[in-house]
This record gives sequence, C-alpha cells and structure tokens, in this order.
Amino acid sequence: MNQTPDSIAADRQIGAGALHAARDAATHPHQPGAAVQLEDASLAIAGRRIWTDLSLTIARGEFLVVIGPNGAGKTSLLRVLLGLVPLVRGRALVHGEVPRRGHPAIGYIPQQRAFDPEIPLRGRDLVGMGLDGHRWGISVRPAAHRARVDRILDLVGARGYADAPIGRLSGGEQQRLRIAQALIGDPSLLLCDEPLLSLDLHSQAVVVELIARWSRERDATVIFVTHDINPVLRLAHRILLLTGARWGVDTPDRMLTTETLSSLYGVPVDVVRHRDRVAVLGVDVGGHDPVPHAEHGS
Amino acid sequence: MTSLWGYAFVHHAIMVGMITAVVAGAVGYFVTARNMGFAVHGLAEMGFTGAAGAVLAGVAPEVGLLSACLLAALAIGLLGVRLRERDVAIGTVLAFGLGLGVLFLVLYTRYATEAFSILFGAILAVDAQDVVRSAVIGALVLAALLLVYRPLQFASIDPAVAEARGIPVRLMSVVFLLVLALAVAEAVQVVGVLLIVTLLITPAGAARRLTAQPGLAILYSTLIAAGVTVGGIVGAVYTSWPVSFFVSTLSLLAYLAARLGARPARA
Repeated sequence: MNQTPDSIAADRQIGAGALHAARDAATHPHQPGAAVQLEDASLAIAGRRIWTDLSLTIARGEFLVVIGPNGAGKTSLLRVLLGLVPLVRGRALVHGEVPRRGHPAIGYIPQQRAFDPEIPLRGRDLVGMGLDGHRWGISVRPAAHRARVDRILDLVGARGYADAPIGRLSGGEQQRLRIAQALIGDPSLLLCDEPLLSLDLHSQAVVVELIARWSRERDATVIFVTHDINPVLRLAHRILLLTGARWGVDTPDRMLTTETLSSLYGVPVDVVRHRDRVAVLGVDVGGHDPVPHAEHGS
Repeated sequence: MTSLWGYAFVHHAIMVGMITAVVAGAVGYFVTARNMGFAVHGLAEMGFTGAAGAVLAGVAPEVGLLSACLLAALAIGLLGVRLRERDVAIGTVLAFGLGLGVLFLVLYTRYATEAFSILFGAILAVDAQDVVRSAVIGALVLAALLLVYRPLQFASIDPAVAEARGIPVRLMSVVFLLVLALAVAEAVQVVGVLLIVTLLITPAGAARRLTAQPGLAILYSTLIAAGVTVGGIVGAVYTSWPVSFFVSTLSLLAYLAARLGARPARA
C-alpha cells in the first residue's frame, strides 16, 4: 500500500490561507476518476474561518489521512462531504456531484462512544440501521434484510456477538459493528472520524485492517481523520494537514518532515522517526480529546 | 361487588385503559431510548396548566390538556437544539407551567375536584365520548410511530451516524415530541399528571431488562403497561382505592421483577 499512484504523487500542494487565493477554478476541471474534489473551498462556522481555499483532488481508491490540531476543521471537512455543512466559497464534489445528505455511496464511521449498557439494541440491529434505517416505516422484508446483515457480520467477524446487547460489548467489538454498519451500504467512499479513539492497540489494528481491506478489494476511497498517524502510516497514500491558517497535502514521506510541518504549523516542530513510527513533537497533532504532545511518540 | 362489571363505566375504563397502555408502552420505548424522562414530566405538567386554564375558560379540560401538551412539545422541540440546552429549555417551560397551574388552583378553588383528577387520574370517570377520543388519538400515535419507526429509532439510538446517513434528526426530534404529547394526554386520563412516569417510562424500563431486541422490547413494554393498567382498574373496582395507587404499585412490582429476573445474557 506504500506505492502511491502517479496522479497522487504529482499532486503535491501546500496552501497558505488567503495567500493561496490566486488559484483559478478553471485550472481544476472535474476529473472523471476523482472520488472527491475540493476547489478553493472555504469553510466558516458561526463567522469563524475554519479553512480557506482548500484545493484537493482525491483519487478513487486513495487512502487519505487527515491530521491537524483541534478545531482545524477535520470533522467539518467530513461534514461538508456529507452535505451537512455548506461551504462559504469554492466547490466540493463527491463523485462529480455536489454533496448531498444521505448519499448512498458514502459510509461513515464515527469514533467509538460507549452505548448505554441497558439499551435494547443488538449488534445486528445497529448494522441493520446502516442498511435501511433511513427508510420510512418498518422493514417489510425481514428475511432478505437478515441475510444481508449476516453476510456483512461475517465479513467483519462480528457474527459471534451480533445477538448480544450492544451495550455489553467491548469498545473494539462495538467498533467492528460500526464498520459493518458503514460497509453494509456497499460504500465506495469511507469517511472515518477518529474511529480508533479510545480503542486498545489490538482493536485499533483490527479496525484499520478492516477498513484497508475494504478499500483494497472494492477500490474504495478512504478519508481517515485521526490524531495518531502511526496506526495508518503504512496505508496512507497522502496526508492532509489542516492547521487552521494553512493546509498541506503530500505523501507521508514528504509531509512528515521537520521542515514541512514546521512551515505548515508556523512554529518549530520536530519530527522523530523511530523504526516504523513517527512522533511529532512540539504541537498538538489533533484529536477530539486533549492529546498529550508526547503521545505520538509512545 | 361482581355486579360492578355490569356497569358501562367499568367497560369504558377498561377500553381507555387498554388503548392508553398500548400507546404508552410503545412510546415509552422511545422515551427510554432517548433519555427523555424529564420531557415526559414537563409535558404532563404543562398539560395540567392547560387543563386548569381550560376549566377556568369554560372549555373541556381534555381540550386544554391536549393543546397545552402539543404547544409545549412544539416549544421544546423548536427551542432545544442540543441535549444540554434542551434540558434547560424543558426546565424553564415546566416551571412556568406549574407556576400558572398553581395560580389557577389558588384563584379558583372550587375546581379542586377537577384538579385532583388531572393530577392523579380519573379513569373510572371516562364516558363513551372519552373512549372514542382515546381511540382516535391512540390510532394517530401508533400510525405516526409506524411511519417514522426506522428513522426515529436510528436518530434516537445513533444520532451521529443517522445524521450522516441523511436522516433529519431535528425533525425526528420534533415529531417525537408531538407524538409524546399525545401519549402524555392519553396517559394522564389513567394515572394523572403526577404519576405519568408509571405508564410512560417504567414498563419500557422493565422491558429493556428482559430483551435486547427492539421489537420485542416494544411488545413487552405494551404488555406490561396493559397488565398494570387493567390490574389497577380491577383493583380499584374491588376496593374503591384509587386506580393510580394500584397502577403505580403494579408498575413498580413489574419493574422489580424484571430487574431481578433474567437479564439478557451475552451470546
């Protein structure tokens, strides 16, 4: 997975907020093979600028990792692609279309949040919601529904606990079910918002492998928001760093250097490589919860 | 005593009680799934204000109860954006409503009997017209729940993913509050404003102890609600103690039994 498609490798871009505004939309025609395109896209929420003039083409099958400090708009980027938040300027395209709510080709994997232990819900019910939870009424074809749920449960290896109350499962088991819930709609674009948060290392590896396998076998595009880059480092074709004022996107080798990160963050940053792991010292790389700076090296 | 069963009011009570139990049991499932116990209380107490105000204005208390519940539901739904904000919004609406209710009570003490039946229920006083109204409202609630069952379930249990899948989560919230308002107005007839929890939360709370399967949980919840309601009416008919006392006692017993009974095991 470390091999990077040529079209991606050539697409090195560093943006610097308003300084970058000279880009002409005409230089970014819609690319037929692109999964996602952002053209001079700017986002503001409640009047606060989140990111500005973000231009990025994500190829079909690409694994894009998104990092950046809290509040830099990583989750908001996913919400734009889900059609939940409008851009203030520029254009976003998902499979060549303006983002719309409930796009069937998109699978969404949230961060693990514990369910109420008493919630009357089984794993298979959660997964089933991913299939037809958005439809009106009650299910009219329970047998076909069940068969499809079973297939996807087998795929993620969650069949064994699919009938147990979901609130009594471990975080790792719940997150496997979340992945089944996202995959059951047969998505070609997976939006993952910190899916590894609060999981142990083994569960992190399982979750990453399930997502990677789907991407590989279905040529599905993955946008993976994370605060810890290490679990997905070997899968990432490119890394998008959002820092608020600036953004940059490049291959992991070129992005994760002291020079590149220091210039994007605007403060001195040290990138330390130790075997297969990378530690970014000196800044908050991101995450929804407060992340100790040293965590990325641990 | 047995001859009491020949009276129409007992039949009416049983019919209204059964309709109410089915409605309360089904709606209660979503109340517990959405953690909306506070909203149940708030709506019921606003209903009390509406009923008291209606009596004051010379209108049937049922009309005041229903309109106040629906108005409060709309207000809560439109004001409440996030859960924490919603709690503040409900609390504010609730306190205002109770304050008005107290004022009406003090100003018009001759309506004390009516106030008592709104606060504690008066199922043995329902007439044929009440049966028809309950059936219509009950059918409306169940039809609405059937129509929005899947998206409401999704939005209640898993709001983040539901939103990502394009479900109008805010709209679901308002729709459910309106459904809840109707259910509250139904249940007030049986157990009154102050004991509303005993029909709208306890049976669902007991049911979720018995199964993790949503459809079964709704079924158990309605069966428990029906059991305690009919049991309460029977108890009251034989002893002339209040229905609400029996319903709340049976409800508590059902809950305790479910807690002590089999928990859903890990497969």
